[in-house]
Amino acid sequence: MKDRRRRQAGTPLIRPSFARPPSPTRGEGGAWRGEGKALRASATLFLSILFLVLPALAARAMDIQQVTSSKGINAWLVEDHSIPIIAIRFVFDGGSTQDPAGREGLVNLMTGLFDEGAGDLDSEAFQTRLDDAGAEMGFDAARDGTYGSMRMLADQKDAAFDLLRLAVTSPRFDQAPIDRIRSQILSGIIASERDPNTVAQTKWLRAIYGDHPYSRPDQGTKDSIATITAADLAAFHKANFARNGLHVAVVGDIDAATLKQKLDDVFGGLPEKQLLQPVADTELKLGQQLEVDYDLPQTSLQFAYPGVKRDAPDFFAAVLMNQILGGGTFTSRLYDEVREKRGLAYSVDSNLVDHQHSNALIITTATRSDRAAETLGIVKDVVKKMAGEGPTEAELDATKKYMVGAYAISNLDSSSAIASTLVELQLDNLGIDYMQRRAALINGVTLDQVKAAAKKLLTPEPAIMSIGPKLEAK
Amino acid sequence: MTLHTEWLRRALLATALTMAGPALAADDGKVANFLLDNGMEVVVIPDHRAPIVTHMVWYKIGSADEPAGKSGIAHFFEHLMFKATTNHAAGEFDRAISDIGGSNNAFTSYDYTAFHETVTPSALELMMSFEADRMRNLILTDEVIKTERDVILEERRSRIDSNPEAVLDEEVDATLWQNQPYRIPVIGWMQEMEQLNRTDAVAFYDKYYRPNNAVLIVAGDVDPDIVKTLAERTYGKVARGPDLPPRIRPVEPEQNTRRTVTLTDARVSVPSFSTQWVVPSYHTAKPGEAEALDLLGEILGGGTRSRLYQQLVVKQGIASGTGAFFQGTMLDATNFTVYGAPRGDAKLSDVEAAVDAEIARIVKDGVTADELEKAKARYIRALIFARDKQDEMANLYGAELATGGNVRDVEEWPDRIRKVTADEIKAVAARYLLLDRSTTGYLLPQQQAGN
Repeated sequence: MKDRRRRQAGTPLIRPSFARPPSPTRGEGGAWRGEGKALRASATLFLSILFLVLPALAARAMDIQQVTSSKGINAWLVEDHSIPIIAIRFVFDGGSTQDPAGREGLVNLMTGLFDEGAGDLDSEAFQTRLDDAGAEMGFDAARDGTYGSMRMLADQKDAAFDLLRLAVTSPRFDQAPIDRIRSQILSGIIASERDPNTVAQTKWLRAIYGDHPYSRPDQGTKDSIATITAADLAAFHKANFARNGLHVAVVGDIDAATLKQKLDDVFGGLPEKQLLQPVADTELKLGQQLEVDYDLPQTSLQFAYPGVKRDAPDFFAAVLMNQILGGGTFTSRLYDEVREKRGLAYSVDSNLVDHQHSNALIITTATRSDRAAETLGIVKDVVKKMAGEGPTEAELDATKKYMVGAYAISNLDSSSAIASTLVELQLDNLGIDYMQRRAALINGVTLDQVKAAAKKLLTPEPAIMSIGPKLEAK
Repeated sequence: MTLHTEWLRRALLATALTMAGPALAADDGKVANFLLDNGMEVVVIPDHRAPIVTHMVWYKIGSADEPAGKSGIAHFFEHLMFKATTNHAAGEFDRAISDIGGSNNAFTSYDYTAFHETVTPSALELMMSFEADRMRNLILTDEVIKTERDVILEERRSRIDSNPEAVLDEEVDATLWQNQPYRIPVIGWMQEMEQLNRTDAVAFYDKYYRPNNAVLIVAGDVDPDIVKTLAERTYGKVARGPDLPPRIRPVEPEQNTRRTVTLTDARVSVPSFSTQWVVPSYHTAKPGEAEALDLLGEILGGGTRSRLYQQLVVKQGIASGTGAFFQGTMLDATNFTVYGAPRGDAKLSDVEAAVDAEIARIVKDGVTADELEKAKARYIRALIFARDKQDEMANLYGAELATGGNVRDVEEWPDRIRKVTADEIKAVAARYLLLDRSTTGYLLPQQQAGN
């Protein structure tokens, strides 16, 4: 479903339920790769942690098949016939970094148009048929890729895959749906333009990324989306939706032979090669302080430190360090010092942000405004101590156990989640046997390596942003 | 953690019937339901596709049960349940879960408070022993109270006070509900939260955190007989508390007015509205009425195929978003809500009038057989998609049992949905969606103030 259609300003929330902050259960593969990672809908727990607690069964439990169709389209498949559903997820390299200058928001607009008419079917006809087929289709644009997904009932898979084929290969980009979806996006942009957080995040991206495409808002601006035409959309589609930039994962009630045929049906009509604009790697601009002054009851604080590349040798050392610093739900150092001991905030956490061309470690919290300077100081102290001394052996041991055990619960708890995880593993070039190797990679990290990662990531002066009343000098 | 939409919740609820299948073990996926000697109810939902188990304890105590003047105590107490006990230091339970890669949390709503862990089945007894321990053995010191109270005050600032929509919703609720305790926010009113103290917390704990006021839900790769043995060994050791009186709360008087609540805020740039009505919940409704309200919500405003979306967003092009929903799983009377926001040159009043017109059309002409069949089909589809999400299954049984329902209500729900007729949907629309007895909230940009 197109989220933007449902989350407009004024959409009432359901009855509130108050809890402690949810567990930051992001996988280290492709973590924070934009919305692409957020698909976590229905379920299938069939493979679960079997391969972790019973390694002998690993191969059977996590039996990922590499499927190659006759037209050369690759997919990773996990067959599970216990439930009559199929989930497919795929990504085309590119994403919003490919938006042409002045046409920012193009791919975001495009992702709203795939169920608005394709092939011979106009918007109404397409959506009626999709509803009748009992399938759910969604597309979303991330920084480095354009994602698509579908959940379907196995006994209606022919109709569902056929609609997916039409959407992927022959979107119509009719003017009426373009205008309608554009005006919905525009409403969203206008609705948030006086929201302090939105205003602040725009400044933040500009400050840390400079002129790099990562600094641009994914939705574009009022001016940029106004200029986008059907021809722009068609050109972008042609350049991005091509077979050599495609990564596919399928989970559920379908066998390899049937999937091969479906892969050719759905994607076989696409061009062979993408025509992408090169995107440069970029370093974050650290060592700066932004104060966004608003009269608010709370001050939000955000810190950016250097991150770690997914293929760096010290990747897991950095992941373990981050987990100890602020990744654990109720057990991290930041949680303990800021919330548990002092009651200064409801949530405080740190995350490794992993984009293809830039990486960061981001700490966020929100605290009562009259004690914001104090909270800022405590976060800095916790970071400084970690940079200087690293974690303890006991912290590291406990965190290794957590990370090894939590992977399945966090990443493989539904068919859609499994498909999503498998796509990210492909994007990160981690190999089809990664899940079997992962525990050893984590357990092999030494305390000295984690200390070195802490020193490397946490010693530089961070970029800091505060949103709220003017910070009192401490 | 937030609750899922009512529609999905209801859809999940129906999965109970479809869970059994050849892939499952000897218990055939059949839900087991029994009482321990101390009055604690147990529901076991076997699902053997993975060695994972979701363990939840639901207490039949929510914010709507709080003593007058003590708003927020139910949620505050949820936080305090994570502190030290006579047997375990603070954080020991969290670390035990973390060490095995499990996850845990808790949530509070109007009618219940629930605590949950997802772990490997071999850790189930450990979870039970920790959970049984904190049911009675918390150590509540003034120091613990003071620090955690600061946390919930920050939580209120974070979730409510920093967000104009949340501020408005809170006061719309307080206007929709004139007498029923749903008028008070779950998190509490700030000035009452600030005064919550150790005496309040201990009294609340002693009254409500008892096995005979709790429901244990275990979903996943477990055998019901083993769960029973483990539950008796852990929870079974906790002494039954005094019988609690029936949960009879003040109910709404007849509503004779159209009420409006308006917030203008500098952070808002697109206006929006929502209109709510008091309607029966599954627990209070006459047979079939709540099911009809569920389907009315789906047909009127459940998604992009709904009447509101098709008319206002697609055909007329005046709304950026619009929809409707019904919150059926509540102990007392509940709310039915419609909402919308304009786009382009349209005015908020245009959108509101168009929403009203769609409601009037259903009241006058009802829904078509085709619409009804498609709405039911969407529910059935969602059931199939949802069949295997064990924590969702645990949630739907827990919420049903904590709001006056039982296991059979859960299992019979799909059949009751299938029986709903178009006439019944028209009838509930005509009976409840009366504009001159409604409550509307407006969220407006600052320059519109005074319009």
